[in-house]
Amino acid sequence: MEKSLEPIVKVLQEKFGATFEEFRGEVQCMVKPEHIIEALTILRDAHHFELLSMLSAIDYFPQTSPRFHVIYQLNSLEKNLTLQLRVPVEGESPKLPTSTGVFKTGLWREREIFDMFGIEFEGHPDPRRILNPDELEGHPLRRDFPLGYEEPQFSFNYEEIDLGKPYAKE
Amino acid sequence: MGVEQKLGNMGVVTTTLEDVVNWSRTNAMWPMLFGLACCAIEMMAAQASSYDMSRFGMELMRASPRQSDLMIVAGRVSKKMGPVLRRLYDQMPEPKWVIAMGDCASCGGVFNNYAIYQGVDEIVPVDVFVAGCPPRPEALIHGVLTLHEKVKADRFIANAADKK
Repeated sequence: MEKSLEPIVKVLQEKFGATFEEFRGEVQCMVKPEHIIEALTILRDAHHFELLSMLSAIDYFPQTSPRFHVIYQLNSLEKNLTLQLRVPVEGESPKLPTSTGVFKTGLWREREIFDMFGIEFEGHPDPRRILNPDELEGHPLRRDFPLGYEEPQFSFNYEEIDLGKPYAKE
Repeated sequence: MGVEQKLGNMGVVTTTLEDVVNWSRTNAMWPMLFGLACCAIEMMAAQASSYDMSRFGMELMRASPRQSDLMIVAGRVSKKMGPVLRRLYDQMPEPKWVIAMGDCASCGGVFNNYAIYQGVDEIVPVDVFVAGCPPRPEALIHGVLTLHEKVKADRFIANAADKK
């Protein structure tokens, strides 16, 4: 771990009981959902992490507790540091507090996570889908979302599929 | 062909109206300037000097659907792009034709998933499908020439009479 990162991780450990992992010099801190906004605020204000460069999620289906990890990657431009915060969230339709009050980039990133994973961010000012059409059912990056969309057409099932195709009229 | 041999002494040639109209339609068929994905690069190459679609009177890619006769759907059509594509098609004046260029526009290609239309014929009626991923400019030009054959064979006066 970078020398200058050690005191910052220590602060997180003492304040929020965060555990940390290190892999090839990259540090990840596990933070509880109820602490995440406070942790982000402290990192931004006291430790120069002024950029939320990535906000993403992972689905660990069929594991349910926790099913998702939400990952906040913070960058410090001043100190040239990177730190990841991981938040495990429980259940099928999980909820997290919004980070838009701390980082404005959260506005679109949280909409994308809601669109793709169905994780709701409470207090988000505009909680719509961002990439998919509004009428899409389900959340495509969840692991239980069906992979294929339409059965491929071969000679043996050509007509069967052809009949079900919604061809356009003039 | 030496036209002068057909003219005779009177400077007049006889043909059918359908043939003349179809000939003029095929030789000034303006495509719409409209690319969705990597197929559009091949479409540009087909327009550029090496392949030169202006040999068929198609040097003008019109940026407005109201001035174009041919829609070349070059690339995959996402579910969000579908309504836009249909709207552009509806804005084109009659007569109008559609070429589905490449595998994605024809049948979804490798993108068998929730985000892509499995063939643009779900949104607009397609006249010619061009296979390939992406098709080379020769393939696109072959598709265009196939469409020209279709247009030349269009007996629109007889069809209109049948409808009455």
